[in-house]
Amino acid sequence: MMTLTFVLLTAAAALCGYRAVRGPSIVDRVVAVDGLVIIAIGAIAADAVRRGDARFADAAILLAIIAFVGTGIVARFIERRGG
Amino acid sequence: MDLVSDVLLVVGAAWFLLAGLGVARLGDTLARVHAATKATTLGMALVVLGAALEAPGPDAVKLLLAIALVALTNPLGGHLLGRAVEENPGTAEVRIDVRATLDEPSPPADDAEPPPH
Repeated sequence: MMTLTFVLLTAAAALCGYRAVRGPSIVDRVVAVDGLVIIAIGAIAADAVRRGDARFADAAILLAIIAFVGTGIVARFIERRGG
Repeated sequence: MDLVSDVLLVVGAAWFLLAGLGVARLGDTLARVHAATKATTLGMALVVLGAALEAPGPDAVKLLLAIALVALTNPLGGHLLGRAVEENPGTAEVRIDVRATLDEPSPPADDAEPPPH
């Protein structure tokens, strides 16, 4: 079961990475990287189950905050730049 | 508890894959924002909930806190991006070709000033 979980997470991360490289607009890249960070939180949780030890739970909380701050700043940048 | 946790992990990971497919395959920037925001939030909540059921007390609280943070902030971030695109319709059409930028100077944009002679 853990193997299936990690395979699905890896496939999702690969698809998001494809969109982050491909673009074409800045919004696509930001959304794809945001998706990658959320997938990383899920991977940390799945890794905690695999180890039986949630030592990276703090990193999951930090990633949740950083993902939002990054997205919000880029949205702000787009609005100020005016397209 | 073990079975519930396993099912939550796999179902959540499947939602992540669905989000990845949406981000990679949908044909429009706003549609991709929509796919990436909602499906990843649900997938993350399911996977981390599955992990929190297995984890001992304090770690479970940390994982639940991560769920709460993402459930609050991720839709908000998607909304901010969507509003920014909506108010500046040109943004979604701006194309940045990284390889072309690296290989050769990019052609001047349409609204750029002509170079001085």
